[in-house]
Amino acid sequence: MEMVPLTHYLFLSATLFVIGVVGVLVRRNAIVVFMSIEIMLNAVNISLIAFDRYLNLHDGQIFSFMVMCVAAAEVSVGLAIIISLFRNKPTINLDEFNIMKS
Amino acid sequence: MLLKLTSLVPLYPLIGCIINGFFGLRIGKNAVGLIAAGSVGLSFLTTLIIFIGLVMTPAEERVFEQVLFTWMAVGDFTAEFGFQVDPLSMTMMLFVTGVGFLIHVYSIGYMHEEYSFYRFFAYMNLFMFSMLLLIMGNNFLIMFIGWEGVGCCSYFLIGYYFEKKSACDAGTKAFVMNRVGDFAFLLAVMYIFNIFGSIDFTTVFHAAPEKLIYDSETVTIITMLLFVGACGKSAQIPLYTWLPDAMEGPTPVSALIHAATMVTAGVYMVVRCNALFALAPITMWTVAFIGGATAIFAATIGMTQFDIKRVLAYSTVSQIGYMFMAVGVGAYTAAIFHMVTHAFFKACLFLGSGSVIHGLHGEQDMRKMGALKSHMPITFVTFFVSTLAIAGIFPLSGFFSKDEILYHALMDGNFILWGMGITGALLTAFYMFRLVFMTFFGKSNVDPQVHPHESPKIMTMPLVILAGLAFFGGALGIPLFHGWHILHNWLEPVFYFDMPSALEHSAHLLHEQGKHAPSWSHLLQPEGDHNVWVEIALMLLSLSIAVAGIFGAYICYIKKPHLPDLLTEGQWGYDLVKNKYEVDEIYDETIVKPTLEGSKLLWKECDAKGIDGAVNGTAQILGWLSNQARNFQSGFVRNYALFMVVGFIGLLIVTL
Amino acid sequence: MELLIFYPLAGICIVLALGVVINNSPVNSAMSLIGMMLGLAGIFILQQAHFIAILQIIIYAGAIMVLFMFVIMLLNLKGKGEDDSWISRDKDLLLTVLSSLLAVGVLYKIIIIINAGDFNSPALPPDSFGTVREVGTILFTKFILPFEMASILLLVAMIGAVVLAKSKVD
Repeated sequence: MEMVPLTHYLFLSATLFVIGVVGVLVRRNAIVVFMSIEIMLNAVNISLIAFDRYLNLHDGQIFSFMVMCVAAAEVSVGLAIIISLFRNKPTINLDEFNIMKS
Repeated sequence: MLLKLTSLVPLYPLIGCIINGFFGLRIGKNAVGLIAAGSVGLSFLTTLIIFIGLVMTPAEERVFEQVLFTWMAVGDFTAEFGFQVDPLSMTMMLFVTGVGFLIHVYSIGYMHEEYSFYRFFAYMNLFMFSMLLLIMGNNFLIMFIGWEGVGCCSYFLIGYYFEKKSACDAGTKAFVMNRVGDFAFLLAVMYIFNIFGSIDFTTVFHAAPEKLIYDSETVTIITMLLFVGACGKSAQIPLYTWLPDAMEGPTPVSALIHAATMVTAGVYMVVRCNALFALAPITMWTVAFIGGATAIFAATIGMTQFDIKRVLAYSTVSQIGYMFMAVGVGAYTAAIFHMVTHAFFKACLFLGSGSVIHGLHGEQDMRKMGALKSHMPITFVTFFVSTLAIAGIFPLSGFFSKDEILYHALMDGNFILWGMGITGALLTAFYMFRLVFMTFFGKSNVDPQVHPHESPKIMTMPLVILAGLAFFGGALGIPLFHGWHILHNWLEPVFYFDMPSALEHSAHLLHEQGKHAPSWSHLLQPEGDHNVWVEIALMLLSLSIAVAGIFGAYICYIKKPHLPDLLTEGQWGYDLVKNKYEVDEIYDETIVKPTLEGSKLLWKECDAKGIDGAVNGTAQILGWLSNQARNFQSGFVRNYALFMVVGFIGLLIVTL
Repeated sequence: MELLIFYPLAGICIVLALGVVINNSPVNSAMSLIGMMLGLAGIFILQQAHFIAILQIIIYAGAIMVLFMFVIMLLNLKGKGEDDSWISRDKDLLLTVLSSLLAVGVLYKIIIIINAGDFNSPALPPDSFGTVREVGTILFTKFILPFEMASILLLVAMIGAVVLAKSKVD
């Protein structure tokens, strides 16, 4: 059985990562920005697991497990922030929020 | 060992100061007076015990050092907090604590009406502490602390009546003029450390003949700086004008600080550094002439003043001039002798004048006194005795001490100096008896509403004791007979200076530098024999001079009271002297005003515009820059993400 | 054989990821994201990471995406997100250029790394590689401390989310 070369996975990972970055940069909808961040995290997971198999180790899998934990935590807190933002101002357009500059 | 008690001597006044300063208002006036006088009295008793201990040790070993702790150690520099007791500091300690104790007792009576009684005594005790530090310190730094401390207390006490503007101004003046001297003193200490690597008295004075070349610039600069410091503290030309103004303080302060103890600190310091001064003939010459000039100069002003305390103040300046004259001709013992007797009779005179002022309810103008001898007999008798002493009448203390100075001045071969001294003696006798005649004799010019009365016992007792000391103090140094000069024998080990070996070292040092040493052989000639007949002749001369001065005063102020007015009418010279030679005005014009103007200029132009401008400008530029930088912080999350990406791309470009 | 599975899966993933970014409606984006997650789970299985693949489906496709959908529905974002299509905004030209630069740069970097090293001869893993048993053993022995830390992190995130999203009225 012929295995998929490592490089293929890396290219896939990089492409997805760049798509995520573009999403973060160009979208103004906070929820979509979050989704883009999820895409980036997943892209990293692909690389981790690919190297893991290439080196015949399990550490990368554990690491991607941790990444998932962090992602879950981040999403829950982030969505909570979005909800409380939405309460203050009925929009989730990020360009409407510049209270960090006061 | 009795000497181990040394560190207790300054401790008592410090404790007294702390108690009076913090709790004085609560514990009541009687307790404050008891604590203040008691602490100084304890110091005096302790000093007596130490004195006995010092007398019992052999003459060669009479140097006792007690190091309490190392105060600071920075690299090579170590400063110890320690005391040194030798015959010189012992003498000073005895008369400072003794006279100080009497004046404290007197002050209890004199200051009794004052509200801030405790403040006065707290400062007085602090002064005693500082003065004892100055005297007993075993290195220049401790001496400097005491030096600054007494200046500070002097400032506090001159400005004691701080609601009076003149008192505040006088305090400021004293402080600023002292500061000039203190700065020079500090520079000298730094220079000494630079050369010797130590500021310990013993180390420095032992190393001085080996490290310093006789009559070299270094030693001249050091000693000159020290002497400027002494000038400031001891009110010599040109830094003397603060002392007459310092009479704004309460009279006991004038007696203690501005007559008996603090102002003689300069003399003590020069005497203490005799090993340095011996190597600097130019400085010695300067010291002697400044002293002589001050003696005459202040005496002439003293003749024309009408404020009883100011006359005494100029008299003090003049007498300290004598002491410096003695130091300048190398007669250290004579200087200390005169310092001790001066402390006795001048303290008595000041306290007596205080008693007069007290009896007249604050009147200080001698033109409004007169015929007081029947009203206040004890004050009169003690005052008269002290006046005789300062005028130099045999056999009172002033006669012996002044005569010794004059004798040494003449033996030094300096006839101008001797002439100055003898003139000063004449003037002294004149103005002191002018003071006595105007105050106690003649017809009464007292305000009819004021009823003069004798002071309470607590004030007259110190007067009596001081007058007794002024009478018999001369016994410390009876001339003519070898071995009778107790003070001389006592102090001799301190002043021992091996001139031949010092010159040898100097020649050696010069030789190493490739220079030729000049001939110093004339310095090494043995001193001429103590010529008894010359001394007796001089004594008779100075006695007759003193009598002449007294007689002159008698003619002018008792026999023909209109004579002074006739003589001085319209004389420009008299007006000049009466206005104190316009020295204050000259200083105002040449130093104070330019300084003020310069400071104003610096403030308005340099400080407000230059420095503040630079500082504010920096702040403004930074503010502007920050404002620009703020624009990066748009507050939009996506902008931040953009910056992150830009940075990321930058990193990529760097690694590629 | 693996390649035949890999290429379609990778293609679907990339297309769906683009769909997430391009779609104007958040609901559509979320649906695309779910699809992408499932595709990635397939790729993980291809890499013999069975445990992670299961977790991917459970956590991402199950929990996180439900959360997303829930928030979208809750906020009812019709007309309150972006008004117009993001592509028509002139301002984003710079962003597009920058991100394409980034993409090119990253890909270029990867090519350099691959050319520098020999990545084409992997060690063949045993059949048991990546099973729940294997990963679980390591997780509860070697990585027990990070595992516990992760649980604390999740707890903290949960409390934080509750506090943040709580209505301020009470």
